[in-house]
Amino acid sequence: MSDTTLVHLAELRKGFTKGKETITIFDGLELSIPGGDFVAVMGPSGSGKTTLLNLLGGIDRADSGEISIAGERIDGLSEAALSRWRAANIGFIFQFYNLMPMLTAAQNVELPLLLTKLRRKERHEHVEAALKIVNLADRARHYPREMSGGQQQRVAIARAIVSDPKLLLCDEPTGDLDRTTADEILGVLQILNRDLGKTIVMVTHDPAAAKYARRTLHLDKGHFVEKEMAA
Amino acid sequence: MNDLVLVRKNLFRKKLRAALMLVSMLVAFAIFGVLAAFQRSFNSGQDVAAADRLVVVNKINFTQPLPVAYFNRVRGIDGVRQVTHLNWFGGYYQDPRNFMLVFAVEPATYMDVYSDDIDVPPDAHDAFLRERTSALVGEAMARKWGWKVGDHIPISSSIFSQKSGTHTWDFTIAGIFKNRKPQIDTNFMVFQYDYFDETRSFTKDLIGWLALQTVSPADNDRVAKAIDQMFANSSYETSTDTEKAFNKAFAAQFGNIALMVELVVGAAFVTILMIVGNTMVMAVRERTREIAVLKTLGFSGRRIFGLVLGESVLLALLGGLPGLGIAVLVTLSISQSLSNFFPGMAVTPGIALAALALMVALGLATGFVPALNAYRLRIATALGRG
Repeated sequence: MSDTTLVHLAELRKGFTKGKETITIFDGLELSIPGGDFVAVMGPSGSGKTTLLNLLGGIDRADSGEISIAGERIDGLSEAALSRWRAANIGFIFQFYNLMPMLTAAQNVELPLLLTKLRRKERHEHVEAALKIVNLADRARHYPREMSGGQQQRVAIARAIVSDPKLLLCDEPTGDLDRTTADEILGVLQILNRDLGKTIVMVTHDPAAAKYARRTLHLDKGHFVEKEMAA
Repeated sequence: MNDLVLVRKNLFRKKLRAALMLVSMLVAFAIFGVLAAFQRSFNSGQDVAAADRLVVVNKINFTQPLPVAYFNRVRGIDGVRQVTHLNWFGGYYQDPRNFMLVFAVEPATYMDVYSDDIDVPPDAHDAFLRERTSALVGEAMARKWGWKVGDHIPISSSIFSQKSGTHTWDFTIAGIFKNRKPQIDTNFMVFQYDYFDETRSFTKDLIGWLALQTVSPADNDRVAKAIDQMFANSSYETSTDTEKAFNKAFAAQFGNIALMVELVVGAAFVTILMIVGNTMVMAVRERTREIAVLKTLGFSGRRIFGLVLGESVLLALLGGLPGLGIAVLVTLSISQSLSNFFPGMAVTPGIALAALALMVALGLATGFVPALNAYRLRIATALGRG
């Protein structure tokens, strides 16, 4: 883990309007995550875990405050600039995999590379390498419907890492999997963190999943409460 | 993989739905191609009309005759370069169903007035002037019936009869002429008016209409007025107009074909616009989550907009091009049998280009709303995270 701060949130405020009522999620949230960290975020439903991931990934906007990722302020970027920034810096892993059903595993993994200037051959090399990392090289031509949940999630991980992003954001990545498969997926994430130095922020309800992270943060009333180190 | 693959894969993810939309596009453009070919054929007379040619017809309407004496009187008018006269024969070959375009003409002047349109070989030219029972046959007509120079052909009339009571005249083919302009159809024949007038049982010394060439198109108005003034208050008053106007009026007697084509095609296209547009909206709405994922991966709103529009344009092209191909095959298969009524009926490059432009326009129109919805889609809301 490096000493350099990769994620920095300062004075972050975010609320939602529901009818006539305004619900405050964050009221001056502060957070620093160093590069190479693996952070599990836990908390009760409605505590803002997913909203936090959305803000970190630039797919939602804060009402005020500062969001810096790798030294770059993203809170003021336009939609188009945010799209470019996400393509280069963020890998998303969802609970329900969210693969394109009409594309093969390799084509799903290739999707983020369509936004780069890589040539076809280079893209194929990157896809092959990403699928090897998640042990699915032999399933490259399979469609999502031909794969198990665990395999689909590994394809989703390959898609998230194929463009070599700085930060991986995982939203309940094992929420739809059985224990054994969940442990396999979490093992892959751990390898990505320890061996490849990927910084990971993982939202989870599962304490067993959180144990794979280096540390666990609990969200409570819009503020973090740091708990014990894991592994 | 590239964006086109992504567009294609999205389009065909539900094969039955895609097939039904493609068929609707195919039918629309098949209808468009055939109707446009009909329309073009109908209006082709206006396209081939020479600027310096005028047509003189009976003022009542063009089916009423004029005295043949008008021929020489019109020749004397200042600004007239050459005059000829023609008479509708109402011809058919062997069977009334084999309708033919046949005209009784004044031979020497006819070949002069229409020398820019038809190419008569010199020996045919001389033979046609020499032999009273000879006929000049267009290349397309000769090919259709397998005729050659020297053949004796019996041509019957559905209007006229000879003094002997027969409706059939015998002709010897003096020559076969070609067209000098590709848009001129050669599926017709002409024969000598004198032979016709001497042998027919009624309407002697009457002709159908006069066709004349002015010295210059600038003389057209003056000459036309002079002719109509010359025959004003006579038993056979005339109406003189340019050949283009005459051909247009001739086509208009069958109704406003252009309007009919536009209404039929318009109705088909508006229906398809609604069906395909609605289907595209539903198809894109079903993919809300996937579009949100693409945006999460870094696909910009503009790129998503392009992908959805590309899908609807691809649909229009994949359905429309085969539809146009079917229109080509249909017109090819019926153009021969309808050549007498609709000469030169074909899906021309101009029609194909218009169809291509319509395909793109229809694709853009049907895809615009779903593309805009996809463009505006908020990721957090679509992923159920908001």
